[in-house]
Amino acid sequence: MTVQGASRKKLSVSAWTRETSIDVTEGPKCWKHRFGPSLLGLHVAYWAKHENRFPSVNNSTEISQNGKWVGQSMPRVEDPTLLRGLGRFADDLPTPANACHAAFLRSPIAHGEISTIDTAAAAAMPGVVAVITGADLLQYSAPFITGVKVDAPQYALAIDRVRYVGEPVAMVLARDRYLAEDALDAIVVDYQALPPVVDPVAAVDAPALHPGTDGNVLHDRYFRYGDPEDAFATAAHVVEGTYSYPRNSCTPMECFCVIADYDPGADAFEVMANFQGPYTLHTIMARSLKVPGNRMRLKTPPFSGGSYGVKQAVFPYVVALGVAARIAGRPVKWLEDRLEHLAAATSATNRVTTLRAALDVDGRVLALDYDQLEDCGAFLRAPEPATIYRMHGNMTGAYAIENLAIHNRVVVTNKTPTGLMRGFGGPQIYFPLERLMDKAAARLGLDPLELRRRNLVPTAAMPYRTAPGALLDSGDYAGSIDRAVRDGGLAELIARRDSARAAGRMYGIGMAVVVEPSISNMGYITTLLSPEQRERSGPKNGALATATVAFDPSGAISVAVSSVPQGQGHRTVLAQVVADVFACDPGEVAVATEHDTAKDPWTIASGNYASRFAGAVAGATHTAALQLRDRLSLIAAADLNIPPEDVAYGNGRIFARGNPDNSLPLGRSAAKAHWSPLSIPDAAGAGLRETAFWNMPELAEPDEGDRINSSGAYGFIFDYCGVEVDPETYAVRIDRYVTMHDAGRLLNPMLADGQIRGGFAQGMGAALLEELCYAPDGSFQAGTLADYLAPTAMEIPELTILHDQSPSPFTPLGAKGLGEGNCMSTPVCIANAVADAVGEDLTTLPLTRSNLAEILLGEEAPESASASPSTPAPTPTLVDGHALHGSGGTLVPAAPVEVWELLLDDTKLAAVIPGCHALTMTGENAYRADVTLGVGPVKGRFVATVALQDLDAPRSLRLVGGAAGPLGTSRGEGWLTLTETEGGTQIDYTYTVQISGKVAAVGGRMMDGAARALINQFFKRLVSQVDGREVEPAQGLLARLLSWLGIGP
Amino acid sequence: MRYLEAGKRHTVRFTLNGRAVEGDAEPRLLLSDFLRQTLGAFGTHVGCEHGSCGACTIQMDGKAVRSCLLYAVQVEGKALTTVENLATPDGLNELQAAMQKHHGLQCGFCTPGILMSLTQLREEEPNADEARIRDVLSGHICRCTGYDGIVKAALDVFGDVFGKN
Repeated sequence: MTVQGASRKKLSVSAWTRETSIDVTEGPKCWKHRFGPSLLGLHVAYWAKHENRFPSVNNSTEISQNGKWVGQSMPRVEDPTLLRGLGRFADDLPTPANACHAAFLRSPIAHGEISTIDTAAAAAMPGVVAVITGADLLQYSAPFITGVKVDAPQYALAIDRVRYVGEPVAMVLARDRYLAEDALDAIVVDYQALPPVVDPVAAVDAPALHPGTDGNVLHDRYFRYGDPEDAFATAAHVVEGTYSYPRNSCTPMECFCVIADYDPGADAFEVMANFQGPYTLHTIMARSLKVPGNRMRLKTPPFSGGSYGVKQAVFPYVVALGVAARIAGRPVKWLEDRLEHLAAATSATNRVTTLRAALDVDGRVLALDYDQLEDCGAFLRAPEPATIYRMHGNMTGAYAIENLAIHNRVVVTNKTPTGLMRGFGGPQIYFPLERLMDKAAARLGLDPLELRRRNLVPTAAMPYRTAPGALLDSGDYAGSIDRAVRDGGLAELIARRDSARAAGRMYGIGMAVVVEPSISNMGYITTLLSPEQRERSGPKNGALATATVAFDPSGAISVAVSSVPQGQGHRTVLAQVVADVFACDPGEVAVATEHDTAKDPWTIASGNYASRFAGAVAGATHTAALQLRDRLSLIAAADLNIPPEDVAYGNGRIFARGNPDNSLPLGRSAAKAHWSPLSIPDAAGAGLRETAFWNMPELAEPDEGDRINSSGAYGFIFDYCGVEVDPETYAVRIDRYVTMHDAGRLLNPMLADGQIRGGFAQGMGAALLEELCYAPDGSFQAGTLADYLAPTAMEIPELTILHDQSPSPFTPLGAKGLGEGNCMSTPVCIANAVADAVGEDLTTLPLTRSNLAEILLGEEAPESASASPSTPAPTPTLVDGHALHGSGGTLVPAAPVEVWELLLDDTKLAAVIPGCHALTMTGENAYRADVTLGVGPVKGRFVATVALQDLDAPRSLRLVGGAAGPLGTSRGEGWLTLTETEGGTQIDYTYTVQISGKVAAVGGRMMDGAARALINQFFKRLVSQVDGREVEPAQGLLARLLSWLGIGP
Repeated sequence: MRYLEAGKRHTVRFTLNGRAVEGDAEPRLLLSDFLRQTLGAFGTHVGCEHGSCGACTIQMDGKAVRSCLLYAVQVEGKALTTVENLATPDGLNELQAAMQKHHGLQCGFCTPGILMSLTQLREEEPNADEARIRDVLSGHICRCTGYDGIVKAALDVFGDVFGKN
């Protein structure tokens, strides 16, 4: 593994705890030292130019600029707790003794009306406290507020209609989670299925999912900057491509967890959830629970098991559990399971983009024209449709492109509602943009890197205002690319490609240039409104960050923030920041990150998203610490009998500048504020606790021309990689991957690299492995982590990380966010490399082996439905979805007439169908069977209905039917043909079965094998029956699949 | 073999990190739930309950097992070790310290299972090389780190940092 640049410098644990001295007179030379030799020159000069812009109460900020901790790879303070297994995650927190546990009944179908819900049997089951349906919820809950004002209300439970597989339909509260889940199976829901629409393009013209809306396009706006029409009309070249980005999710290893309580005396809710923000959603939760914000107290746990944006989507469950607690009259806890999470938590948006670029003869991009069709799933649930607007200001990427047209349409489909996801909105634009740059380079006969270089935002133009309004704050894009080419070894990689190709191997090189926004403008989403609408609703802007720093009576320093970390190490970095301000050891600073809306400072912008920590939250903490230090200096000055401006800090002490012997321990003067408040100078104020709110004046609301500085800081990334594609398996092997980042000042290079590696792993997963797959009928097919393939240690290649550090002039510490960038750059970088290797224009992801094979070989021909050579059966008519298909045959030692009679005799047939509980005739040649079925980790009871049609005795018949139960639903049909042969009867069959619900989500990998096994078993039993031998007793769960598959009855 | 009745609680006795423990469990109660909810041993985390993610890995009679794929009643008389057993009174053990040093964890949710699998590997193959370490780690999903720090931590402890094995 290679790590280069500033991150090289790592200190051991013992080293950082011992070193406490600080030279307060140290100048910019220390800064240079930390940046490392490769960064001398431009960046230091840039920094020197801006060094006076720090917020400060007096001129004492020099210490923190030159402090020794910020910029060091300090090991994390979180780790000793976590490594002992002592981290307190949501599910580890105490539950009130009277709490009950919730489980959700979820829709097995993608689209349908709920005719009836019968909860009586479930309510009567052991340990059940309550069963709550949408109708119950309606009494206490209002719909979630949405950014787009349309009549498509969403509640925490489905009302009247279900619109995606996994949508919560009812909730059981019981003594424990096992009993709650037991009772789910006893709820009987009658659905009237409606045609589902899964594909966003098809959704545009499909019947509306929401009766109150005119079609499924719920948002449609054009934007125009500069003169794109003229640019396209006069361009020397126009290139165009249509790209689709898939659904994926970062799938944190800890699922959602909520504990809710309701106090009817105060009409107030108190909720603990592993929520991550943004706290705009707090308003939505409170409104939905019909209380003002101050009666919806929300707490977060000390540790959270990852999120990457995903845990934003716990908010509907906060509302559901709040209502449940209110109805039950006691606290309610819910812990999501993995299937629920994958199927129904949230996902990235899938998007279809047609992108055109106009270029001049030299390869300068004159204009871009985006036509984006965004699929937000069944509802535009907050913060959607934010995915499509987060990047609005930087839609021109890292390029200086003056003319831009954007057409944004947002559709709803029968899939899970989308939401925050690491890289939010980034991969959806950079996949088309950077694929198209390669296409343009090929068209012009230019090297892809050269074409990109010709279009970069010039260093001298920084800060640079893009056409759609972003203020790119700092960077030396061309210089960073040069350094990455040199230090990452691009020339050697090209040589490797040449030799691999000379040997006939499929080897390719890809690259991507990306601007990574951080610190979202709270007003960017209002870009979707027209200027007139914005005028009416009032401006939304800014991105407030807040932090509190305090001295306690023992003189110890405490920090509290509302950044709600999910594993990034905020406590470590803030200890570094504050230790620098007070020139003490970071070990002396205690940082609390669990948050309580009733007691801790917060704003709507609070939370862990949009890479806002390093720029905004660390900056606010720095500001608060400086304010506190200024007040402490007044107290200390009196104690030391010196003027306040002569107070200096170092070695954990406060001393007189120029006379270090005149000193006090740091905590002595601080403690005085608690113990002797009458004895400190009035100017120091009472109490040593400072809460800072840091604002960003650059984050104005959209202007009348729809220009929006959608983020506060913009990092730069240049990635390139070499890949080799296996000619037989189409497996993609990443030979080498280089990622260059300029995220401004690095606060802790080790943690920065950790963020980059994590983002890279998820970006690589999005490129090659991960997809939340849906069948055309809306069935969800990736319900386990064996179906949804996240990269393991075997797939992650060597990663070369390079850094430049162009400090942001707009953040207090010069830092920008960097954790999301590789989720934006890596998918397209790998796709470009694979495209180079295989010589195809790849327009979708992920590039799994099977997808790549399909692209390169063409779609696999469907299996022939008429497999029997002797009696070709008609092709089943049910082929409109992803389904199991199969065919086969067997020889039964009896005449066709005997077999025929058996098949039509319900009493005998029941014995042949393995494990059938009951088989009853419901009409002529129609049966109802009661079966239990289990596939993979789930099992449940089903009611199957089967009709025999097209009877041609004793030659052929058609079976049509379906099954429904808590596991899901199926429908299918099959043909049986009987042919008289020497030894008896040759039975041939074909079948097609569509499956949805849990079985489709978790059992996909096993289904074909299970079907084959069951069919074999059926025929074995049939042979036994006609032989007159005893049929073995009903067997296990798999055996029962047969009747469910519609083959048996 | 004991006859166990569904729906009825049965007393289960075993040793957890060297101490005798007991509790009542229905036959269907997962071991992971028993450890966490009945015994309050929260160090073992549950990430999928499908046996795919590895977060709940513990050692049972010296073998790494997924506690979400075992029932509590199956561990009667066994010796179980969990992440809480790794640190010494003096502090983190070698592997834990290496994980901190190499930034082998971020959210820390998958970490207990990874520590237990690496502990198992170290007991069985103290000279395992990087390929073998990655092979074992492939039974775990970590969404934060990209595995780099974990592999480096393991190599530190397995003594293969210079490829000497």
